[in-house]
Amino acid sequence: MNALTPGFADPVLDAQAAFRAVLEAMSRPGRVVVAGSALQAPAPLCRAAAAVLLALADADTPLWSDAGADAQAWLRFHCGAPIVAMPGDAAFVLASGAPPALAALQAGTEEQPQRGATLVLQVAALEPGRGWRLTGPGIEHEHRLAVTGAPDGFIAAWAASRTRFPRGVDVVLCAHDRLAALPRTVAIAEG
Amino acid sequence: MTAPETGYTFAYLDDATKRMIRRAILKAVAIPGHQIPFGAREMPLPYGWGTGGIQVTASILGPDDVLKVIDQGSDDTTNAISIRRFFTRVAGVATTERTADATIVQTRHRIPERALREDQVIVYQVPQPEPLSKLEPRRAETERLHALADYGLMHVRLYEDIARLGHIAKAYDYPVMVNGRYLMSPSPIPAFDNPKMDRMPALQLFGAGREKRIYAIPPYTSVRSLDFEDHPFRPIRAPHACELCGSTDSYLDEVLTDDAGGRMFVCSDTDYCGERQAGANKAAAE
Repeated sequence: MNALTPGFADPVLDAQAAFRAVLEAMSRPGRVVVAGSALQAPAPLCRAAAAVLLALADADTPLWSDAGADAQAWLRFHCGAPIVAMPGDAAFVLASGAPPALAALQAGTEEQPQRGATLVLQVAALEPGRGWRLTGPGIEHEHRLAVTGAPDGFIAAWAASRTRFPRGVDVVLCAHDRLAALPRTVAIAEG
Repeated sequence: MTAPETGYTFAYLDDATKRMIRRAILKAVAIPGHQIPFGAREMPLPYGWGTGGIQVTASILGPDDVLKVIDQGSDDTTNAISIRRFFTRVAGVATTERTADATIVQTRHRIPERALREDQVIVYQVPQPEPLSKLEPRRAETERLHALADYGLMHVRLYEDIARLGHIAKAYDYPVMVNGRYLMSPSPIPAFDNPKMDRMPALQLFGAGREKRIYAIPPYTSVRSLDFEDHPFRPIRAPHACELCGSTDSYLDEVLTDDAGGRMFVCSDTDYCGERQAGANKAAAE
């Protein structure tokens, strides 16, 4: 087995910076921010996804992942998050390939919608300014976001998921050291 | 800037607590206006002094942030000074009294007069996060009402004011609908400040320490004060000009000046008032 690569160089301040990046992304859906540039995460885990999980996942958050043994060992060691076998049991769902269906993830209840899962979805590339048209809270008029390598049928699945509001799933899209977020409130139209 | 105290982690809270609060904040942003329970920690000051706001600030604060803290609009009251000094000591962050220079504004019961920008975050200290608490004391029941978006109780409460008094008699903590879905307490800010929340470019976070709830309004989100077609919402303001800076559109405090009934009206936002006075002095000198 390969030796584990390190996590955050400064666990306190690097976690704060990664969290603020996610907060910025979640507050302004479609805005692309940088996170985890200095991390060396085991493949196929990308740096931004690694930073999100290092900053937010811990023993209180069951984690599901399709990223293979190396990445799971790395996450287990650095986050201490329990790895679960079913995506529907997880608070954080890490998808490096085709993700589980949105409808299969925890969506919370009408009274406790905050129990909906966060899907950390790795894609090939994120580019602001063109592509999808995003509207909703956090967006003044419209944000554009080009997502290369989004799962097939994602926009239709997202539209179906939105009808369950306030229940739902929040997505953090990650590519290399860049991320953008799709809170459950955002509406996506094809560009 | 002084060196932070040793023996504390950055910004006082341990990292497991910060992660828990950060997860709550992210879900709060994703569900605008919905209250999210969190494990509020004991802080080195009593409940009611802003423990919820402080925990939210501590969880988002970074070394490059510039913190402003106001209490009823004022930078120089005991509460504001204590909280600023707390974060200077445990995080070593820069503080300011100028709204324009701050990246994070923690507030008790006011929104600054100067419009906030996209690169700023405002953190409200909240005593009672549940807008329905006086109408329905059972927490389990109010959660159900929020789930059903059943806010008839509040409409009846406002209607009864109109029937009895001819107007809605709520000058502060005036309930709002966030993004057309959740009824939310804006914290006890004057109703005068409610319109500033609507489509504000800055992120708004709310922390209630004793009640252990966090909620949020993302930027550019619709925030509507509850009203009726024939009794539209009207922000209330004392019909005077500030006696120090002459402002006729800022929120005013009435200050007693002697034992003989003497009084004056001055801006509640000390930074806004000070800047206007400095501007007027400069103009007079030129």
